[in-house]
Amino acid sequence: MATDALHAEHSHPGWQTYLKVAVVLFALTALEVWAYEIVHRHQPAALASLLEPVVVEVLLILSAFKFALVAMFYMHLKMDGKLLTAIFSFSLLLAAVIVVALMVVMHYLWSHAPTVNPLK
Amino acid sequence: MAHAEAHADEHHYTATGIDNKKLAIWTFIGSECMFFASLIGVYLTYKGRDVSGPKPHAEWLDKAGVLQEQMLEIPLVTFGTALLLFSSFFVVLALNGAQRGNRKQLIGWLVATIFCGVFFVGMQVYEFSHFAHRGMGYTTNLFASTFYTLTGFHGTHVTLGLLWLISVLVVALRGKLPPEKALNLEMAALYWHFVDVVWIVIFPVVYLIR
Repeated sequence: MATDALHAEHSHPGWQTYLKVAVVLFALTALEVWAYEIVHRHQPAALASLLEPVVVEVLLILSAFKFALVAMFYMHLKMDGKLLTAIFSFSLLLAAVIVVALMVVMHYLWSHAPTVNPLK
Repeated sequence: MAHAEAHADEHHYTATGIDNKKLAIWTFIGSECMFFASLIGVYLTYKGRDVSGPKPHAEWLDKAGVLQEQMLEIPLVTFGTALLLFSSFFVVLALNGAQRGNRKQLIGWLVATIFCGVFFVGMQVYEFSHFAHRGMGYTTNLFASTFYTLTGFHGTHVTLGLLWLISVLVVALRGKLPPEKALNLEMAALYWHFVDVVWIVIFPVVYLIR
């Protein structure tokens, strides 16, 4: 078992793979900023009106893709043991639950119990 | 064979077959995910609920009634984001060098990583002082409090990661980081990648989504 882990450590990808991932990460970041600029400046107008209703979803998908690339290749989750992937995935699931729960609870408080609204 | 035995001696494998240090850093990263999730959740909860400026993405009137530009400066932060992404690339190259016993590659890329990290922290210090100069204090409004808390905690993590990488660099410069001990750099690198992935989430959530 220890030998398997040893083997896994040495089967990390070479610099060519790391470079490809870096190029994709850079391109995706450029795409994110480009999408923001189109919507923010409203130019070109046709593309901006197409992109505006879905820009949040587009930005979140691009971000999730970048996140996954770093986790899989730079953090070696793709090559290392499945237990590490399970630990990280479970933490991410809990993290997502925390974000959604916070937003839902606060939204409920503000819309159904105005007397406890901290902003009033 | 002798190398593999020496390598095995340096590592303390748990019953799972994974080195205990590696298991520890991943468990720590897992707990950090939840920490940042709570900060991001609070930022999103209060997003757009300010009753007065400064505004992150729109013009706003200050107390004197003067129209002010939006607070966030996208080009500067995009540059910082690119630096952080490149630093992640550089640190895996340094790790690759450490695992293959290539000292020149290890030290060169580790120095490049540290430079990128220092520039990122410098960018954040400049951004914070610029905002303070424009009148945005920690308690000015909801945006200010949540923004400073979220990005400030991230900046603190980057600074701690930098200190960790600098300590590994010192060990490497003293010639005490042979391939059998590359895991010591891998742990620091995992933490560094973690601060990078947190920024990958913060960048669109805070700076790009209006």
